[in-house]
Amino acid sequence: MEIFNSESKKIISDPLSINNPISLQVLGICSALAVTIRLDQAIIMTIAVIFVLCSSNVILSALRNFIPNRVRIVVMLSIIASLVTVVDQVLQAYLYDMSKQLSVFVGLIITNCIIMGRAEAFALKHGPSKAFLDGLGNGLGYGMIIIIVSFFRELFGAGTITLPNGGAGYELFSIPEAWYAAGYENIGLLVLSPGAFFILGLVIWTQRELFGIEEGE
Amino acid sequence: MNFLKKILTKSGKFFEEGKPLSWAFPIWEATDTIFFSTEKQTDSGPHIRDNMDIKRTMFFVVIALIPCYLFGAYNIGYLHSAATGVSSSVVSDFILGMSYVTPILITTFVAGAICELSFAVIRKHEVNEGFLVTCALIPLTMPPDIPLWQLFIGTCFGIIIGKEIFGGVGTNVFNPALTARAFMYFAFPTKISGDKVWAVGPDGYSGATALSIPANPVEYDTATNLFSQATQFDFSTSNLFWGLIPGSIGETNKLLILLGAIFLIYCGIASWRIMVSSVLGLVMTAGLFNLLADHSTNAMLTITPLQHILIGSFLFGTVFMASEPVTSTHTNKGRWIYGFMIGALTVIIRSVNPAYPEGVMLAILIMNMFAPLIDYYIVKSNINMRLSRNA
Repeated sequence: MEIFNSESKKIISDPLSINNPISLQVLGICSALAVTIRLDQAIIMTIAVIFVLCSSNVILSALRNFIPNRVRIVVMLSIIASLVTVVDQVLQAYLYDMSKQLSVFVGLIITNCIIMGRAEAFALKHGPSKAFLDGLGNGLGYGMIIIIVSFFRELFGAGTITLPNGGAGYELFSIPEAWYAAGYENIGLLVLSPGAFFILGLVIWTQRELFGIEEGE
Repeated sequence: MNFLKKILTKSGKFFEEGKPLSWAFPIWEATDTIFFSTEKQTDSGPHIRDNMDIKRTMFFVVIALIPCYLFGAYNIGYLHSAATGVSSSVVSDFILGMSYVTPILITTFVAGAICELSFAVIRKHEVNEGFLVTCALIPLTMPPDIPLWQLFIGTCFGIIIGKEIFGGVGTNVFNPALTARAFMYFAFPTKISGDKVWAVGPDGYSGATALSIPANPVEYDTATNLFSQATQFDFSTSNLFWGLIPGSIGETNKLLILLGAIFLIYCGIASWRIMVSSVLGLVMTAGLFNLLADHSTNAMLTITPLQHILIGSFLFGTVFMASEPVTSTHTNKGRWIYGFMIGALTVIIRSVNPAYPEGVMLAILIMNMFAPLIDYYIVKSNINMRLSRNA
């Protein structure tokens, strides 16, 4: 089967634009609020979610003809939970500080609605290669939004931009001291959870305006 | 007036449909209706024959706020000369105060006008005069030394998130002026959290406000004693009423606020039920806390109901914010409940949680959220009552 035909492209590009899991389906909000305080946390979280989403989609799609319909949720959960455990252990082994900062939210990938939702809605109905593309697309769609949100939250809330580099991260940019001396202040609200809601709301607004999506369509 | 009318009518032609300036029609329309009543006539019933459209209503509120501005400016100058120890005349106090109030006022109106006009042009609705009241209220809730760029961001937030995203004046859930203030309260806590004195003085000049004295006492005592021991400012009951104390620009003089309240009630703009019931709620809750005060070491509980009314911005919030017609409840029974809960919550937030010295803002925003629910159940119970009567 051809990987890069128009249908495959659509599977990947839809979650990034007109069918974004966070901003249009409003799934996975919990982690979008929790891990977006710093950019490096959001990037690591994105990679973790993409890995879990792609793997679970492929595995479930390959097993889809053998899973009895009535116990499919149990099977899905056990596969996703095993994958999340793997991610958690890898993070603890190689990025211990980051794993401390992300704390329970790596474990909570199990309950992230996007992963269960894609497994139920897509992976159980399509072949493994398409399921892989769907997982990749939705993972990137999720990552795109939380990276945008965390970029603004970190820049205006804490005054820095941090890229992932071990536990402490690599500080790419920080607002110069001279600004603070001249009276600039960080917006403390953005570090709190309501700040994430506001930024997320503005992102959803912008995205719906860009793609001309009205409520109820 | 004829001259003005001619100019407006003639210039109006450039803003008609299909003309190059048609995108700016809302701006022209807003200017026109400030001076003249609209020629538009309602073509279906019901008709109300009255000159009080939204625009006049909003102007009346602004008129009621002007005395608070004037006194606020004088108070800034008075506290400044008290802080520096240099005696000065009333006029020079007032001029010094105006040099702080004017930039704040201009910044707010520029920010408000930019947001309101751009939404009017993009969404193609008329310019709503609500933003005048919002922009007139915001400076009065600010400390005089607020940085202007923070004020600009806060005002934009209040107008856009507090009002425009819900569809503009008349459909907003939260009071836009309070949304702006709440945003700034949490976004820039160093400047506006309320535990330090808001007065313009020499560098490093600081002190405790009336609300933070009983919140952080050195040793436990009743609030009345703590107030009388304060030497930096005069926190006697009479001076709390006359308002020569540090605070937000518009909140300190209670007499002018009461006059504003009488004016608004007389014009039929604000609801007296909300004002009365919120004072009632405050008095009852504060009285209850006074009874409990013996069993606690929290000095906030010993503040008497009268002191609760006079310190902080309770009266200002009740008169100008809580009774706002859009975000409050619309049924009379609902107004009693709504006001009572605002008074009660104010005391609870002030006294029980020392992290928030002032509770009026949060109390009003919380009750804004519940106002539609209160109305819904009042209307529903009325329907049920009538149904059972006629069954």
